[in-house]
Amino acid sequence: MTRRTPLNEAHRKLGARMVDFVGWDMPVQYSSVIGEHEAVRTAVGLFDVSHMGEVEFRGPGALETVNALISNDLARISDGQAVYAGLLNEQGTFVDDIVAYRFSPERIFICVNSSNREKDFAWMKEHAKGVQPVDRGDEFAQIAVQGPKAAGLVQRLTKADLSKVGTYRFTEGEVAGVPSIISRTGYTGEDGFELYCSPDGAVKLWDALLTEGQQDGVKPCGLGARDSLRTEMKYALYGNDIDDKHTALEAGLGWIVKLDKPSFIGKDALVAQKAAGVKRKLVGFELTGNGIPRHGYAIHKDGKPVGEVTSGTMGPSVKKPIGIGYVPAELSAEGSTFDVDIRGRAVPAVVVKTPFYKKP
Amino acid sequence: MADTIPGDLKYTKEHEWARVQGKVVVVGVTHHAQESLGDVVYVELPKVGSTVTEGKQFGVIESTKAVSELYSPLSGTVVRVNDALADNPSTVNTDPYGAGWIVEVELSDPKQVDALMDATAYANLLKSA
Repeated sequence: MTRRTPLNEAHRKLGARMVDFVGWDMPVQYSSVIGEHEAVRTAVGLFDVSHMGEVEFRGPGALETVNALISNDLARISDGQAVYAGLLNEQGTFVDDIVAYRFSPERIFICVNSSNREKDFAWMKEHAKGVQPVDRGDEFAQIAVQGPKAAGLVQRLTKADLSKVGTYRFTEGEVAGVPSIISRTGYTGEDGFELYCSPDGAVKLWDALLTEGQQDGVKPCGLGARDSLRTEMKYALYGNDIDDKHTALEAGLGWIVKLDKPSFIGKDALVAQKAAGVKRKLVGFELTGNGIPRHGYAIHKDGKPVGEVTSGTMGPSVKKPIGIGYVPAELSAEGSTFDVDIRGRAVPAVVVKTPFYKKP
Repeated sequence: MADTIPGDLKYTKEHEWARVQGKVVVVGVTHHAQESLGDVVYVELPKVGSTVTEGKQFGVIESTKAVSELYSPLSGTVVRVNDALADNPSTVNTDPYGAGWIVEVELSDPKQVDALMDATAYANLLKSA
């Protein structure tokens, strides 16, 4: 059965084109992917991300329980901070990638991918030693407000002092009269907030952001722009760039793996891989020939298949065909060249520095 | 409807249009096609001099999200391609029946034109979809 977010009706009224996304009826675009992408880079965009899941660990020992499940370290951050982390299996590959919020050592709140909600919860339940997880996915809607004008917009709708909420920090407060978790996080490479509220308040919050945001040039944005924005930043998408077949180190996410933590699932495999050397790596590349790299296209070197494109698009801000893919380590340095097989044509590509997009 | 389905063109169920000028036809995609595709960011064109076959793929059109095949409405030889689309593929969105044309084909069998839809038939196809 197709699931709908509390904002489904609002999207339809705005003329969104709706698509099925892992069982959810979601807006892929309202007007134009490129126009929405540009709004986020230059002004502010709103995304309904209510399909994301939420899991909470509450009780004495919550921090320690979650810390044993995730690759990043909740002991190194303070209350009111969040971390991006891998939820890894024993092989060091991904069950999912998540954001964990530390309300206190006794309350850890986790945002998971919509495609992995049920799998993640089952995994956490099976592997949690200590505090048990509670699936709170149906208790939250989530709206991402992203772009250089996001902070100003949200600030006008809340009494919370957002100047005190830095990147990857969060607070609680009313936004447009709707009680929310106000998190300075996102998936676009722009400043902005992700607002978690109860499903009952979602329409009120969405409408208030759209109305108040008019002076900022706000646009509702669909999954199309969300994907092009994150691709320009080389932010990983589960199921494309990261999965249960590639390790966190191969994915270039060593920075969210804290091997000095006492223990967490996947640590032993990653310690061993690090010692042995990482043989394939996720790189960002630009096509130097004509075409657009797409998920699933083969990467060739000297006519032989050596890797695979995991994501690709015509970057609306960088205005180039860009891609992300796994290649052998010896082809991963900046400036390395290989071909992407586009419908039987070998199109040359070069590894470039990422993120692809840098603020002007 | 008149501005989105010009009366002087022929149409296919794959949402291509053909402007017939004697033995030569100009081919593009319809307003409806460009709208469903979304922002067009790349068009892969056939080579001038290559042959195309009615109902068979002759190129590819890509939007930000998706790759779609272009099917030839008629058989013949490609005599001109719209090279300007390399730098400005979005012309397919902004002017699908004009500057956003895709190829020009010299027909090998001009009778094939009779099998294409006229504007009324194409409008009915869109209504029934």
